[in-house]
Amino acid sequence: MSQHTLDARRLLCPLPVIRTQNAAKKLKPGDTLAVTCSDPGAESDIPAWSRIHGHKVLEIKHDRDTDELVITIEIGEA
Amino acid sequence: MTKQRKAVALISGGLDSLLAAKVMLEQGIHVEGINFFTGFCVEGHTHAIRKKDREKPKRNNALWSAEQLGIKLHIIDVIDEYKDVLINPKYGYGANMNPCLDCKCFMVSKARQWAEENDFDFIITGEVVGQRPMSQRRDTMNIVSRDSGAADILVRPLCAKNLPATKPETEGWISRDKMYDFNGRGRKPQMALANEFGFTDYAQPAGGCCFLTDESYAKKLVDLWDARSSREYEMDDIMLLKVGRHIRPKPYFKLIVGREDGENRFMNGYRKQFDYITTVSCPGPLVLIDGEMQAEDVEIATRLAARFSKDKNSDAVTVCLHLRDGTEKELTVTPLRNEQIPQEWYV
Ligand code: SF4
Repeated sequence: MSQHTLDARRLLCPLPVIRTQNAAKKLKPGDTLAVTCSDPGAESDIPAWSRIHGHKVLEIKHDRDTDELVITIEIGEA
Repeated sequence: MTKQRKAVALISGGLDSLLAAKVMLEQGIHVEGINFFTGFCVEGHTHAIRKKDREKPKRNNALWSAEQLGIKLHIIDVIDEYKDVLINPKYGYGANMNPCLDCKCFMVSKARQWAEENDFDFIITGEVVGQRPMSQRRDTMNIVSRDSGAADILVRPLCAKNLPATKPETEGWISRDKMYDFNGRGRKPQMALANEFGFTDYAQPAGGCCFLTDESYAKKLVDLWDARSSREYEMDDIMLLKVGRHIRPKPYFKLIVGREDGENRFMNGYRKQFDYITTVSCPGPLVLIDGEMQAEDVEIATRLAARFSKDKNSDAVTVCLHLRDGTEKELTVTPLRNEQIPQEWYV
């Protein structure tokens, strides 16, 4: 199990979802991926994408100073 | 044991593609969705920019559709490949800059490739004969099947009974009787079917699924191409056409004026790529300068920027011109009056 990060700042939806999807393809079940986004739309889109692909959202953190979000997901079984 | 047949469904986020996929799921087909991001999709990035839109609930309708259906959705970035479709459409444009027929051929052809690579048997779309003037007429639907290379593995469950039998029907993978014969622009049969399946909160896109059908967006795109004498574009160009007022005082440069906080914040991310103007003596918008402004144009550009500041009616507003090389220059100017801005400058 390994931990990974992805910078999806300055990308507008659905690009953060597309980048998350492409990064997740290379990971194994149990790995985690923390995605940093600046588009608030990602807060609903990445969890929706995770639910339909069987991944689990572990945490959504808001940074009030930068207006950024960090969404951490755990990769599920394919 | 019979083989589990698999279909890939083009999911736009609208009602028709949702229903088409559902009709196939009801027939025991394994369905996964595919959605193509051209950069012009209405879905997505507009909601994030303007403050008033930030307050609305946000959702991506394609993902929402997939979740309702309980299927996977693969979102594919086709921004680069789509350029050729938009710049050189074989079948031309619709009412605005929308190359709908070429676009449909392209998307079905990409879905066909995806199906081949992932061992799927056929492709589903929510097309309905006669629904759209350009891409969903009986003759043009034949063109989509032919030019995409999908031929008889392209199934349109909502109007299949009006079309020749496809391979999944003749092979007995799906039943023609359990598909539909919708046609024309009416929405009643779709709404009745949605009701039957228990879908209530679905999206009802007006016009089309992308910005290219929007008259004012199309005008800005053509203006950009004319100004550059080239039809090339980058993702940043497409996004910036969606924000701000666009004012072109000279053929070789235009100003992009943020209309509110959300747009100013979004445009902030572009400051390194453009010369720009901010207001110093009072609150005002961020103004990006797209193109190569000459020294003699500084006065008009700064007076225009001052026009959109809080003190637009005063005689003097101090603004700062920031150049890409890091130089900054403060100037005090008289804002242009409304009547001094020719209407044709507004793109
Ligand atoms: S409206 Fe836009 S996305 Fe939809 S078919 Fe036409 S060009 Fe393609």
